[in-house]
Amino acid sequence: MRKLSYSLAINEALHQMMDDDPSVFLIGQGVKSPWYVGNTAKGLLGKFGPERVVDTPVSENAITGTAVGAALVGMRPVVVHPRVDFMMYAMDPVINEAANWHYMFGGKSSVPVVIWGIINRGGEQAAQHSQSLHAFFAHVPGLKVVMPSTPYDAKGLMVAAIKDNNPVIYMDDRWLYNLEGEVPKETYSVPIGKGIIRREGKDVTLVATSYMVVESVKASEELETEALEVEVIDLRSVKPLDETLLFDSIKKTGRLVIADGGWKTCGMAAEISALVSENVFDYLKAPVARVTLPDAPAPASRVLEKEYYPNSKTIADAVRVVLRRKVPRGGTEIPK
Amino acid sequence: MKVLQSNYKNSANKRLFLQMYRAMVRIRICEESLVEPILKGEIRCPVHLYSGQEAIATGVCFALSERDYVFSSHRSHGHYLAKGGSIKELVAEIYGKEAGCSRGRGGSMHIIAPEMGMLGSAPIVAGTIPLALGAALASKIRKEKKVTVSFFGDGAAGEGVLYESLNFAALGRLPIILACENNFYSTHLPIRECRPENNIFKIGKPFCIQSYRVDGNDVLKVYEVSKNAVGLCRKNRGPVFIEFVTYRLRGHVGPDDNIQGTHRDIRPKEEIEKWRKKDPIRRFEAFLIKNKIFRKETLERIDREVEEEVKGAHEFAKESPYPNPNELTKYVFKEN
Repeated sequence: MRKLSYSLAINEALHQMMDDDPSVFLIGQGVKSPWYVGNTAKGLLGKFGPERVVDTPVSENAITGTAVGAALVGMRPVVVHPRVDFMMYAMDPVINEAANWHYMFGGKSSVPVVIWGIINRGGEQAAQHSQSLHAFFAHVPGLKVVMPSTPYDAKGLMVAAIKDNNPVIYMDDRWLYNLEGEVPKETYSVPIGKGIIRREGKDVTLVATSYMVVESVKASEELETEALEVEVIDLRSVKPLDETLLFDSIKKTGRLVIADGGWKTCGMAAEISALVSENVFDYLKAPVARVTLPDAPAPASRVLEKEYYPNSKTIADAVRVVLRRKVPRGGTEIPK
Repeated sequence: MKVLQSNYKNSANKRLFLQMYRAMVRIRICEESLVEPILKGEIRCPVHLYSGQEAIATGVCFALSERDYVFSSHRSHGHYLAKGGSIKELVAEIYGKEAGCSRGRGGSMHIIAPEMGMLGSAPIVAGTIPLALGAALASKIRKEKKVTVSFFGDGAAGEGVLYESLNFAALGRLPIILACENNFYSTHLPIRECRPENNIFKIGKPFCIQSYRVDGNDVLKVYEVSKNAVGLCRKNRGPVFIEFVTYRLRGHVGPDDNIQGTHRDIRPKEEIEKWRKKDPIRRFEAFLIKNKIFRKETLERIDREVEEEVKGAHEFAKESPYPNPNELTKYVFKEN
């Protein structure tokens, strides 16, 4: 099968959906500029014109609200934020309006909008060019949140997000843009709410989101040399989350490590830990371990950045700690 | 602008005047009918009464067709009714019943009549302005010549998103009428404590937007300026900013400004008296009778019909069932 990069897979999804459905349009800062959105918007302006590929002034609140309003009258807009950090100006239209709208009007009106935020960090960009706020949005009823980690899913989830009749936060990661993978030429969608097993294993479940899936797979390859079988689950959708896949895996392995690209406190790993405790507690042989960003803003200096971002080594270490633990008899060991 | 008033003997205009009179009276009697249930505790949700501002909703909505769109804020009952929303569904919603326009999920601050083009109202100040922008943008993309009106108050002139929206609307010559109802108070704060310049319409000029300031208690003036604005928008010569000068007869929320149980209006007595004399319905009635367009008896007959209609709406609401508690989370998402 033909291979495509992650960013061009997103591009292909946009081309195909805009071709197929005249109500789909792209709006946001930098849709004309690769500097902002990489090559995800390549060729769209030339093919569909400025009416459907709308580059905008720096007005995230109004522009996101515009996308939401257009969705209310039956368009299927995709509003792009070149960095998730910039979306903070748009919290009212995303949360107070879009997320609540269908509910607070008793189902009389719906919001088929895709709110696309690009995680773009590293390179000493520091705190305001680095954030991955998927947990914020997952917390809010009425929003769906997807995070593809492969080119196949990048295209399929963008298609699914556009087709969904609800507001979907599509969060991709610039660190994945050059990743190549098999991407079918035809239009297809990946179901929202379904995760996927990237590597099968019986010793421990390793659940990851977005870029952390790449590091998790690397970690599991390293651990394989120690005769450890790690089952890597790529959530793909953070909300709704594939609970069945998760619980079935834990029933098999009895151990869980979560690798998430957000901060520790109140992040996705905290949510998954709670779900597991509520549903498959009796299968657990050890407490759940989390690998996340520390509770600190992203630093600029390279040395600090290296310490800040977890990688396959950090994940592999967490797996080893979890595997060393015995089932406690009375009392619980406090992990270091 | 004087054309309509001087052609008042024309039968088409006579019909229009009677409809306008009925529309304004309907709003007033409906709003006033909510006072007693609020004081008795039968209505509990916060209600922002439109009494005193009827000429604006009426004059503007009569200049629109059914296909055109309206968005509003917390003080939206007048816009809802003038655009053709069902009075039964409105009152039922305020009582929290399933038969309400938002199925009891929204209350007074989230009312909608999508089939009549009243696309939603929400209390986040200025929150619906960019949504209206989006509806206008959709109309432009689809070449539909639909006009969108965004209703908001003087308080919204403090929000940044209004200025973002003016800028974006002007850039795209969007078919949107920004209708600012200046009643001189932003909840408790008088306008002189909110902005150095009282004339809000001047904010259009820096964005090259045609802007007007109109006596919002003269329904015919409101209608004339609105018709002109609608015409401009349909010819792709929008947007238009209209500041309507008016006064609310009731409290910011509820029947009066019930500060610590005082039931006292925080506004100066002389000011309130001055504006009572400019009551838009009494003025229109005087105009119709003085110019012998209609007799007092005809107008009184309409008053009585409307009273019956409003009474019926309350009966309908009181007899309607509450929502089913088992359906608490029913409308969080729309099915695909």
